Amino acid sequence: MADAIKKATRESYGEALASLGEKYENLYVLDADLAAATKTGVFKKKFPERFIDCGIAESNMMGVAAGMASTGKIVFASTFAMFAAGRAFEQVRNSIGYPHINVKIGATHAGISVGEDGATHQCNEDIALMRTIPGMTIINPADDVEAKAAVEAAILHDGPVYLRFGRLAAPVFNDPNNYKFELGKGIELRGGKDVAIIATGLMVSEAIEAAKELEAQGIDARVINIHTIKPIDKDIICKAAKETGVIVTVEEHSVIGGLGSAVAEVVTECCPVPVVKIGVNDVFGHSGPAVELLKEFGLSKDNIVEKAKYAVSLKK
Amino acid sequence: MDPKIKRDLEITACKIRKGIIEGVYNAKSGHPGGSLSIADLLAYLYFVKLNVDPKNPKMPDRDRVVLSKGHCAPGLYSALALRGFFDVEELKKLRHIGAMLQGHPDMKGTPGVDMTTGSLGQGISAACGMALSGKLSNKYYKVYAILGDGEVEEGQVWEAAMFAAHYKLDNLVAIVDNNGLQIDGKITDVCSPMPITDKFEAFGWHVITMDAHNFDDIERAFDEAEKISGKPVAIIQTSVKGKNVSFMENQVSWHGSAPNKEQYEQAMAELDKQLKDLEGK
Repeated sequence: MADAIKKATRESYGEALASLGEKYENLYVLDADLAAATKTGVFKKKFPERFIDCGIAESNMMGVAAGMASTGKIVFASTFAMFAAGRAFEQVRNSIGYPHINVKIGATHAGISVGEDGATHQCNEDIALMRTIPGMTIINPADDVEAKAAVEAAILHDGPVYLRFGRLAAPVFNDPNNYKFELGKGIELRGGKDVAIIATGLMVSEAIEAAKELEAQGIDARVINIHTIKPIDKDIICKAAKETGVIVTVEEHSVIGGLGSAVAEVVTECCPVPVVKIGVNDVFGHSGPAVELLKEFGLSKDNIVEKAKYAVSLKK
Repeated sequence: MDPKIKRDLEITACKIRKGIIEGVYNAKSGHPGGSLSIADLLAYLYFVKLNVDPKNPKMPDRDRVVLSKGHCAPGLYSALALRGFFDVEELKKLRHIGAMLQGHPDMKGTPGVDMTTGSLGQGISAACGMALSGKLSNKYYKVYAILGDGEVEEGQVWEAAMFAAHYKLDNLVAIVDNNGLQIDGKITDVCSPMPITDKFEAFGWHVITMDAHNFDDIERAFDEAEKISGKPVAIIQTSVKGKNVSFMENQVSWHGSAPNKEQYEQAMAELDKQLKDLEGK
């Protein structure tokens, strides 16, 4: 996929908000002094009267979002994943999650690919935290096309949604002309019978590349894109477990509590098979160029190939 | 204030206090002290000030109340029940399994509750959001947030205070119930938030002080609040924790504990006597 067009999903987020702002006049966007980075600034430029800067005060922002949404507005609250899911966790739980208020949390700069800013800003825990909140929908789009579709799906869904976007430019592999986003539905991108690679977000394009490499080595790998981590598509996961007998999960997130955990929770109930998890292995990140960090932490095509071969060996 | 209106409000406040004791006694837990200290405020809000309709609790242009000090739910529930939002019999089921009235306010399940609260510091942010939303949509409703004096130790309160002043939310009134006590003792001993008035002033609010148990003064304070434009208003009310139940007054032990049968009977007898005296006026 070296020749593919690349675009960071945070860019897609900002563009989608600006575009959907015309269609949904009741759409308001909040940010916490990061509009230039989260790309909500694109919306701000077009609809300044519907953009509210809350300053560097994320806890208050989540409460303000809840109060505004309680009056019937569609409200997006944006900041980095670290501060949305981390700092403001309890505000999200108690002021948004518990009352099931219609707030959309647009969390950018998720995962290790934040890069040079280092460990304080590399949020590898947000999916785990958000999964524990009852009724919270979690979407982690894989590319520009999916991210834009996810923003509108979040608007159309009545209830809290956590949207996860990245800083790093990601290959655009979905075709905007025939892509269809269905909340809670995984997408089988490639058939295969030897192993199922279940990926989310930035790792989906790596999984596709890995499957091509595996094919060259005689391994028939299925690739599934899970954009909605909660509620998760149990059917597509159980079917993959039954038909391939072994699963590899790939996510730019801790191996604790994220996609890998969610998939393992599903298969233990319907079809227990080995689940080999690729993610950040319970360590903090550090500074460095995003692409190099991804390789270092095993979030790469090469590591997926290696782990998939190991997974297949477990079947014997 | 008109003497008859004043007497009626005193009667209503006494009934709110009876409902608080009834609820907390039957729940065998809860927070009577800080509920009793805001009973007069709740009587004034729900029976004089607020544009609300118990038959249509979600009326879009209604005034809103956010009980940011959510643990004082027994006070709010008692006021809502007396105002007709639900049957007063619900108070006896407070905190029971399957009951509508949760330990802390739940906007999804209880008519008249405008925001889910209980985790201190969060309600005032939601109140800011409601007030800002009203301004953005040219609505004329008001938002009243009720905070504890211990609650203002939460940093989020000051994030919200900064926000409200920045966005000139003059449709927002925050009432801080300054009864001087929090769970671990006197607020000035625990980790003093004083001076609360100066802090709100420094954050750009118009500050009014008020005697929490004098309806003439309550009316004066809210009349003044009504005249303020361009900035949010903080009313710091000086109150007595446990007000009007003799053995609960100014006793920190009644912050979060329920009376036993004997104490319940004594409290109700005292309140019944106050009610009889007021009705005989």
